Amino acid sequence: MITVVDYGMGNIRSVLKAFSAVGADAVSSRNPEHILEADAIILPGVGAFGDGMANLRKYGLLEPLTTSIIKNKTPFLGICLGMQLIARDSNELGSFEGLGWIDAKVRRFKFEGAHSNLKIPHIGWNEARMSNDCPLFEGMGDSANVYFVHSFHMITEDKSLEKAITEYGYDFTSAIQTENLFATQFHPEKSQKAGLAILRNFLKIVRM
Amino acid sequence: MLKTRIIPTVLFKNGIVVKTKKFSEHRNIGSCINTVRVYNAREVDELIFIDTDATKEMRGLPIAIVREVLDECFMPLTVGGGVKTTEDINALLKIGADKVSINSEAVKRPDFISEAAKVFGSQSIVISIDAKRNGGSYEVFTESATKPSGMDPVFWAKKCEKLGAGEILINSIDHDGMMDGFDIELIKQVSDAVNIPVIACGGAGNLDDFTKAIKEGHASAVSASSIFLFTQTTPENVKMHMAKSGINVRI
Repeated sequence: MITVVDYGMGNIRSVLKAFSAVGADAVSSRNPEHILEADAIILPGVGAFGDGMANLRKYGLLEPLTTSIIKNKTPFLGICLGMQLIARDSNELGSFEGLGWIDAKVRRFKFEGAHSNLKIPHIGWNEARMSNDCPLFEGMGDSANVYFVHSFHMITEDKSLEKAITEYGYDFTSAIQTENLFATQFHPEKSQKAGLAILRNFLKIVRM
Repeated sequence: MLKTRIIPTVLFKNGIVVKTKKFSEHRNIGSCINTVRVYNAREVDELIFIDTDATKEMRGLPIAIVREVLDECFMPLTVGGGVKTTEDINALLKIGADKVSINSEAVKRPDFISEAAKVFGSQSIVISIDAKRNGGSYEVFTESATKPSGMDPVFWAKKCEKLGAGEILINSIDHDGMMDGFDIELIKQVSDAVNIPVIACGGAGNLDDFTKAIKEGHASAVSASSIFLFTQTTPENVKMHMAKSGINVRI
């Protein structure tokens, strides 16, 4: 069972639809048992970082998520806000602690000089330059156009985590992976063929 | 590098795609589902789906119809028409909309923008602005272009940005459905005034119009309806043409 965590933060239906399009049954749930027993966990989400953490706390999901993903090593895919929440902290509308599963922080795009007129949010199709050693991007070549909608992005000192890079004013980390943790700043569920290829690869990882 | 988006707009009423000229003379075009299926097969960059008369007719969006249509879509979607409350927004995001467009209610109650942005994030909130030329200046209209607001679109767009809007959809009432070219001056004024993306809409009639909206109007994305419904031109043709003039697009 693939559990899409329903913590009141956005586009659950698109994620369920995309998994169904690649032939997998995914269910949305906020029941801790569905998180502890899942074969894979998807943390989607749009909205503000602080609200996301508050909702995970409110629904009692912090502990089951940590047990399932960090202790039991259940395959995990974080999408957009779901990627950001696994970082240490974010300064979106205040200062908030994240799940802290990886050594990274979340900050707003900040442009200088020639790029100072770039618009924020970063909305639309942009290229992700992907590491070939990441199983999430297997068979996809060096890059793909994927869909982004965000104003904040992840910054990590640990470059070994970084599995895709995208340029918007400067290069930022658009996907990360370590062990069973996978996360993308872009939306595979909205990225048509490229996105579905990524979800198919994730399913392969889950079924291994 | 970020690609310039070409976004078909589907206007509908009672589950039927309609086309207007200067916001009146509704013409029925065909079923929403069929239209959306074609755009889905063409893998368009995004789609805007708007109920034209929801506010004027004092009703909400027909959620059941919208849900059926959204189920056919795998592209990013903006949905709008008669959105008045955070519950309306939540209902649309829940059935698969990525962004929600707000128009009349934002003018009536600007704090609704900040309220919505706080709950759903700025990136989900698109403010749609319908403007009409009035001598040497422009004025914002609401309720399907029937109600003057007394506001200048540049003033209003800047205020929307300040209140937390994530994107502006600027539509020219004079050029709506006329296929006589975009109002470049209007698009440029608004695009240059804000730091959030601006989608240009209203008037696309040929391939060069799209290029102009980007190069001269400084828009971040371009939306059109009639040209895709009434001519052989596809979003892909537009992008091929834009690519030739050096604009970065997804092909």
